[in-house]
Amino acid sequence: MAEETFIDNPDTALVVTDSTIDEAITKYPFIVVDCWAEWCGPCKMLGPIIENLAKKKQGEIVFAKLDVETNPQTTSKYGIRSIPNLLVFKDGSKVGDVVGAMPEDKLLERINTFK
Amino acid sequence: MYDIIIIGSGPAGLTAGIYASRANMKTLMITSAFSPSLITTTDLVENYPGFPEGITGLELIELFTRQAKRFGLETVEKDVTSLSRLTGTKSTGWEITAGDDTYRASAVIIATGTEYAHLDVPGETEYTGKGVSYCATCDGPFYRGSDVVVVGGGDTAVQEALFLTRFARTVTIVHRRDRLRATAILQERAFANEKIRFEWNAVADEIIGDTVVRGIVIRDANDPEKKKTIDAEGVFVFTGNIPNTAFLGGIVEFDDAGYIRADEWMQTSAEGIFACGDCTKKLLRQVVTACGDGATAAFAAEQYINELKGTSYGSWTTPRG
Repeated sequence: MAEETFIDNPDTALVVTDSTIDEAITKYPFIVVDCWAEWCGPCKMLGPIIENLAKKKQGEIVFAKLDVETNPQTTSKYGIRSIPNLLVFKDGSKVGDVVGAMPEDKLLERINTFK
Repeated sequence: MYDIIIIGSGPAGLTAGIYASRANMKTLMITSAFSPSLITTTDLVENYPGFPEGITGLELIELFTRQAKRFGLETVEKDVTSLSRLTGTKSTGWEITAGDDTYRASAVIIATGTEYAHLDVPGETEYTGKGVSYCATCDGPFYRGSDVVVVGGGDTAVQEALFLTRFARTVTIVHRRDRLRATAILQERAFANEKIRFEWNAVADEIIGDTVVRGIVIRDANDPEKKKTIDAEGVFVFTGNIPNTAFLGGIVEFDDAGYIRADEWMQTSAEGIFACGDCTKKLLRQVVTACGDGATAAFAAEQYINELKGTSYGSWTTPRG
């Protein structure tokens, strides 16, 4: 059996890639994947907010981040055309996305609508 | 209680932060609701003195932030929802509600900037993130070899259209007038770029597509019956700005478009509230003018606070009535 890549109740945003994202969305019942890139200013602003939420919502919502530049398969599979873009997965399937940077409370409100 | 609270973290707010911190004012910057500053989405700033080769908006903001923090500026990421005047007899100032917290300060500097205006046409909201974008530097790389449209004719529209030519096959600028408003050097570059095409006197009518954007319907500004469709995988909207000032309704005076009226001291109609940068009524909204405003606002706030404390140096007098 392959070694488990992801821990049970992370309190930071996990790094996922083209090859590990499926494992992550299968393992966690509710996971938000922040698709970002180095070139994107608003993504960098959103980064600390995601980390903060990962800590606050530990055990409730899992957060992960995916660099779109080095993970073209996922980017194309989910038709990502704008970043920052948060993909929301519930029980292994994509249930929604949140596009654009926004304040922490608004972001959480949007994420919670997919719960 | 802080001496000064700055709301907003773009060039105006950060410059105010540098000046206030260096003046040893106890200063807090509340950043989140109005960040990221729009300048962070600009790929190249080449009219801010000191950077002869130009600099990206994001790098510039990182430098401003580092400089402000070096002088001890305290920051908190919160979303400001309201401001109210402190009613106690002991202290003059303002109470700011942000999330579940409240903060108090003798003076407030508003530096909340603007956000991009939307087209308000069918398809725009539906296709946001699926081909409609307000950030070329964020999303340009997704359009390698594609045909894209830029709506707008000002500096931002033309600058970002030029940036998009690095990735796109063609960039069509759709502009409601028969000439660009952008500064001369940007116009020259755009006219010389063989990837850039123009649709003059053209107004966006509808954004169309299936699961993603496939094109934009435009109409003739002079003859609304004359419509045509431009095939495009991306539509970038740079048609203007809206000031982030709604939360100040009833507190400070605005012009008709919602920009804050401030005098030469950057003082607003409300005592103790100063405003600077793009959110104010002014002729030219640029990084360099925002920085100038920010410095003035911080200096004026400092004088105001010194007068409140009775520690004013010499004969500074503010022009307040």
